[in-house]
Amino acid sequence: MKPMHEETATFATAAPMTPIFCRVLKTRPETHDTFTMEFEPPEGAHAFAFAPGQFNMLYAFGVGEVPISISGDPDDPQTLIHTIREVGAVTHALRAMKSGDLAGVRGPFGTSWPIEEAAGRDVVIVAGGIGLAPLRPAIYSILSHRENYGRVVLLYGTRNPDDILFRKELEGWRARLDLSVHVTVDRALETWRGSVGVVTTIIPRARFENSNALVMICGPEAMMRFTILELQNRGVGLDQIYVSAERNMKCAIGLCGHCQMGSEFICKDGPVFRFDRVQRFLEIREI
Amino acid sequence: MTDRLHDQEYILDRDHLQDLLDTLRNSGRRVIGPVLRDGAIVYDDLASVKNLPIGRTDIQERGLYRVMHREDQALFGYNVGPHSWKKFLSPPRTRLWQGDRSSGMVQISNEPPETQKMAFIGVRSCELHAIAIQDRVFIQSEFTSPPYQARREQTFIVAVNCGQAGGTCFCMSMKTGPQATRGFDLALTEVIENGRHYFVVEVGTEAGMTVFEQLPHTVAGEAQKSAAESAVAAATAQMHRQMDTSDIKDLLYRNYRNPRWDDVASRCLACANCTMVCPTCFCSTVEDTTNLKGDHAERWQRWDSCFTMDLSYIHGGSVRASTRSRYRQWMTHKLATWIDQFGTSGCVGCGRCISWCPVGIDITEEVRAIRKSEESFLPPTEGHHGDT
Amino acid sequence: METLRPILAEHPFFKDLDPRHLDLVIGCASNVRFDADEFIFRQGEEADQFYLIREGMVALEIFVAGRGPVKVQTMGEGEVLGWSWLVPPYRWMFDAHATELTRAIALDGKCLRNKSEQDHDLGYQLLKRFATVVQGNLDAARLQILNIYEAHA
Repeated sequence: MKPMHEETATFATAAPMTPIFCRVLKTRPETHDTFTMEFEPPEGAHAFAFAPGQFNMLYAFGVGEVPISISGDPDDPQTLIHTIREVGAVTHALRAMKSGDLAGVRGPFGTSWPIEEAAGRDVVIVAGGIGLAPLRPAIYSILSHRENYGRVVLLYGTRNPDDILFRKELEGWRARLDLSVHVTVDRALETWRGSVGVVTTIIPRARFENSNALVMICGPEAMMRFTILELQNRGVGLDQIYVSAERNMKCAIGLCGHCQMGSEFICKDGPVFRFDRVQRFLEIREI
Repeated sequence: MTDRLHDQEYILDRDHLQDLLDTLRNSGRRVIGPVLRDGAIVYDDLASVKNLPIGRTDIQERGLYRVMHREDQALFGYNVGPHSWKKFLSPPRTRLWQGDRSSGMVQISNEPPETQKMAFIGVRSCELHAIAIQDRVFIQSEFTSPPYQARREQTFIVAVNCGQAGGTCFCMSMKTGPQATRGFDLALTEVIENGRHYFVVEVGTEAGMTVFEQLPHTVAGEAQKSAAESAVAAATAQMHRQMDTSDIKDLLYRNYRNPRWDDVASRCLACANCTMVCPTCFCSTVEDTTNLKGDHAERWQRWDSCFTMDLSYIHGGSVRASTRSRYRQWMTHKLATWIDQFGTSGCVGCGRCISWCPVGIDITEEVRAIRKSEESFLPPTEGHHGDT
Repeated sequence: METLRPILAEHPFFKDLDPRHLDLVIGCASNVRFDADEFIFRQGEEADQFYLIREGMVALEIFVAGRGPVKVQTMGEGEVLGWSWLVPPYRWMFDAHATELTRAIALDGKCLRNKSEQDHDLGYQLLKRFATVVQGNLDAARLQILNIYEAHA
C-alpha cells in the first residue's frame, strides 16, 4: 500500500531513504522491556495518516534505523504512537530520548489489517506478547465503529503477567459488554487471578461463529503457527485468517532484499498477509 | 526480433572505433569498457582502443578464470569477467545523505543526483538483459531508486555481440543471447576475415544514430552481414552448458525440503562471491554512521548478500542461520521467486557465479540435481505445495 | 440422578456416546460445587474422581518452596479436570482449587474403572476421549516450555 495521503507521509518519493524529523512528545515505560513513544507531526504537517497494521522506520541520529509498527489510533492521527521493544542499539537510543528530542521517521509502509473486509462479521484478534502493539490500531478502529461488526473477541497471551502490554486499557476493554477479552499467561504465581495456559488453549472456548469470523493474528512465528492449527481444528478457514510477519528491513520500499520470505517482500507485500497466500512459505524452516 | 531503429546495418572499420570513443567522450560522457587488470578483464575507464584487451581471450570453467592470448588481434574476443555494469549503475557504496545536528535541530542534505553521463562499451547481450532486470527492480517497481534512475537515464550503451561462447555461459538456455536484440544504443559485431577487421553496426536508438552519424562509416553489404551472423552462430554452436528452465519456478517451490540442499551446503563456503559477480543481484544494506562528537551523521548504502548471516538477522538471531538455507534462498530467489516478484527470471546465464565460485558450484548442475533427485524424493507435504 | 442425563449428554466430552454407555456413566456421576478458593484435590491424595466443569474456573498448581504455589494451568467451562484416576497409582500430581465459584459434574473413577473392566466398549470410549484431553494438555504444556511469545526462544 502506498502512503495513504502524500501530504502526510513522512518521506519523499524523490528521496525515499531520507527520514523526516519529528519531536518526541513523551516516552513512557510499558513493561520491563517495552515502552511507548509519542511524536508530534513534523513541521508543516498536521497529521500522520496511516492504516492499522502499517509500520514506520524510526531513526535515532547516527545510530541507525529500525522498522516499528504503529500502535496508535488511526482515527486520531495528530499524534504518532509507537510501542517498542528494547532489543538493540537503535531501540536503546530511542528509549533514551526525552520529550523535545528529534527522531527520524519514514513511512507509513506496508499493508494493513482487513478492517473493511471485517465489516458485518465476527472479529477475532489473537495477540502474543508485543504482538498486541500492531493490533491495537485495529482494535481502536473496530471499537470506534463497533456497530459495523458482529462479536468481537480479543485473545491475548504472554509469558508472565508482568509482560502484559497496555494493562489499563485491557481492563477497560474487558469491562465493555460488546467486547470479549481473554488474557492468559504461561506462568503465574498465586497473585494472578486470571487464566494460565498458552493462548492456543483459549481458542476452543472463545465464542464466535467459525464460518463468518475474520481472524487477525500477531506474535512470534511459533505462536502464530500453533494458533492457526487450533483455529483449523475449530473449523475456521485459512482464507479467514490474517497474520503479520516480521523480517529484517533496511529500506522498507522493496529494494534492499532483506525482508524476503519466499516471493514476498514483507515491507511492501506485507507485513499483513492473508494466511493462505503465504502458508506455503511460513511452513518452511529458515525460508 | 531485433529491436533497432531501422533495418539498415553499417560498417565501422576497426581503426575508427577510437572515433566512437572520442565522440562519446566529447559529448561529456565518461567512457567505460573492458580493460585488463590484475589478470582479469574488468570494466573501467577506457581512454583509448589501445587499452582494450587486444588479442586476449579468457578460459572459464567451474571455479576457474584465466586470461590467455588469442591468435588474432580481436578487440572483444573474450566473454564476461568478474565485473558487471551494476558496479556503475548501482555502485557498491553510495552515500544517500548526510545530516548535522546542533541546538536541537537536524539539517539533512540529500546526496545530489548523479550528473556524470556514462557510456558503456562492450556490453554483452546477457548484460543488456541483466540491466533490464535491474531496471525492473529499481525503476519499474512500486517504489523507485532515484539514484539508480538518474545514472541509468544518462547511460549510453554500446553492445558487442559475442563471437564465441565462454566456458561457463548458458545464455541460450535463459534466452538472453548471444545476439543482442534490445536495450542498446549501438550494437557491434566484430569481424576479422581475409585481412579485414571491422564491425557490423546496428543502431538501436535516436541517441545511437546521433552519435553514429558523426563517425566514418559505410552501409553493410550482404556478405558482411552474413559474416557477422556467422560470428554469432559460432558462439551459439560452442555453447555446451545448459539449464533446463521448463517448470523451473514450480520445481524449486516444490523442493524447499529437498535433501540436495544439504549436499550443496556441504560445499558452499557462503563467501558471497556469486552474489557479488552476479549482474542482477541487488541486495543492499544501509549503514548509519556518526562522527565521535555525534553531531554529524551519514547514511550509506552498500551491496549486501543473502549469504551473510546479517541479512536475515532479527533480534535474537538470523532467520537463515544455515548455509543450506542461504544457498537455497539465493538460487530459489534467482530462478523462481524472482519470477513472481518481477515477472522475469533473475538469471541471465552469464556464468559468472560458476567461474568465480571458489569451490566450483555450478548453478546449472544444482538445478539438474534437484530435478533428478525429485524423482526419488517426494516432499512429505506435497499436497500443500505448488498450488498458488 | 436422571437430571444429570441432559447435562452429560450435552457435554462435549460425552458427545455422541452410546445411550447404553451413558446410562453406565450416569450411575457414577454426581453434581458438585466448590466455593472460591476451595481445594478440589491436593497433590498426593488418592485420585478417585474426575470433573466436567460446568462453570467457574479451576487452577492447577504446584507448590514450589520459596516461590509458593505456581499455577500451571487454569480450566473453565466445558473442560475436563483430572486423569490420574485412570492410571496407577491413582494419585493426584497437582493441587486443584477453584479460583471462583465452580460447578461441575464429578465422576467416580473407581466406579468407572469397574464398569470398564466389565464392558470394554465403554472402557475404549473413555480412553479414546481421555486421549484427546491428555494430548491437548500435553501440547499446551510443550508450548509453555517452548515459550512461544519469545522470538527465537
